[in-house]
Amino acid sequence: MTDLFSKFDPLIKQREDLLSTGIKDPFSLVMEKVISPTVALCNGKETILLGTYNYMGMTFDPDVLAAGKKALDEFGAGTTGSRVLNGTYSPHRDCEEALKEFYGMDHAMVFSTGYQANLGIISTMASKEDYIILDIDSHASIYDGCALGNAQIVPFRHNDVDALEKRLKRLPPEAGKLVVLEGVYSMLGDIAPLKEMITIAKAHGAMVLVDEAHSMGFIGPKGRGVAEDQGVLDQVDFVIGTFSKSVGTVGGFCVSNHPKFEVLRLVCRPYVFTASLPPSVVATAATSIRKLMHAGDKRAHLWENSRKLHKGLKDLGFQLGTETPQSAIISVIMPDLERGAAMWEALLDHGVYVNLARPPATPAGMTLLRCSLCAEHSSEQVDDIIGRFKAAGAVAGVLG
Amino acid sequence: MDRAATAEKIAELIEPFNKKGVAVTEATTFAGDLEWDSLTVMDFVASIEDEFDIIITMNMQAEIENVGQLVDTVISVQDN
Ligand SMILES: Cc1ncc(COP(=O)(O)O)c(C=O)c1O
Repeated sequence: MTDLFSKFDPLIKQREDLLSTGIKDPFSLVMEKVISPTVALCNGKETILLGTYNYMGMTFDPDVLAAGKKALDEFGAGTTGSRVLNGTYSPHRDCEEALKEFYGMDHAMVFSTGYQANLGIISTMASKEDYIILDIDSHASIYDGCALGNAQIVPFRHNDVDALEKRLKRLPPEAGKLVVLEGVYSMLGDIAPLKEMITIAKAHGAMVLVDEAHSMGFIGPKGRGVAEDQGVLDQVDFVIGTFSKSVGTVGGFCVSNHPKFEVLRLVCRPYVFTASLPPSVVATAATSIRKLMHAGDKRAHLWENSRKLHKGLKDLGFQLGTETPQSAIISVIMPDLERGAAMWEALLDHGVYVNLARPPATPAGMTLLRCSLCAEHSSEQVDDIIGRFKAAGAVAGVLG
Repeated sequence: MDRAATAEKIAELIEPFNKKGVAVTEATTFAGDLEWDSLTVMDFVASIEDEFDIIITMNMQAEIENVGQLVDTVISVQDN
């Protein structure tokens, strides 16, 4: 018998080699207690959270919690069914209303996760004779949406406007085309030149989908994302988003002004063939989304935090993913996986949790320590974080 | 362009990426012999696409393992 697991041997070995050096496993951290959006107990130690996607700190918002508890009491723990059968309760509809209000769009469809939103929308919309043109650094859920469908897939170099235009020019003018972009690319925390790209896509008759997972609630005057910030939201055909980041719970969605959008509820398999979110979850999401519409002060503070951490780490001599702070993600580039894991552990020992990211999730084979800021991080906490990076960098031998 | 000329042009475009100095034939594989990672593949595909003014989709790329198959693909895409 061939062991089907033998293909994983190289990965198992890499992991064993890393752990045999005495390093803690960076992929099995457990939080014993969550004290606030920015602090948790890890290995019995109070730890500043700098590696969650809780950008707007909504996870413990009193109104959000109250809405969830009320829905739990009134509607029960779960729906035990698909959205198109017995799984649509009034809180699901209300959540879609909240999304329409938030984006000022005509239609909204809530999925069980953001991953499923990409999987469903992308695979359903583009068929065999259509083309999907996407940034090479697109999120796994976008690639998996392509793999689930059977469209022709055309990648272009990351954030390269000319490369996109060249490819669009070479495609048959009459063919159906979907250009897939992200507002913020989460590995390096850089933003896309959406304005240029969307103008070009439209000039070539393509529809445009933008995944704003990492910008919702934070970027743009109303927190609608990078497309809003660059003044092109009205040209975007489909916005994909998630509740698992700024909204502070779990779930995914697509909003659109397309007049035929609602038909997707019947044909989109990752929407139809799975259970809907628990009512308490959509109720917390709806409350959080409506609060994010009026969160200008929080947005301003989060930008301050992002600028402060970026400058602090740069001044210490760390190599960062972007020249300037472009989002709430500050990515620190590590020389290799070993030193990245050592730095990750040293930071944890100093009471700071960050995300360790490595290939294949990262571009160009990089090992990254991804820091994501929260609007609830105080300025003092950010100062503290910078100090601990300095100390940990010395321990891990990452700073010269 | 006939097949030989296309093959010759492609061989020329492989060279800047042929860091190991492999002697390239039509049977040379990109992953196995040339040991290209995904980033190198992307840059190389872009250079082929620009040279021949074509698109080689990821669907096509998935079917291409060696140099000869790439030559065939380029010719068939140009014919379409
Ligand atoms: C760009 C992007 N799209 C989609 C997702 C998926 O979101 P979710 O966590 O809701 O599945 C993520 C999150 O990892 C993401 O970074």
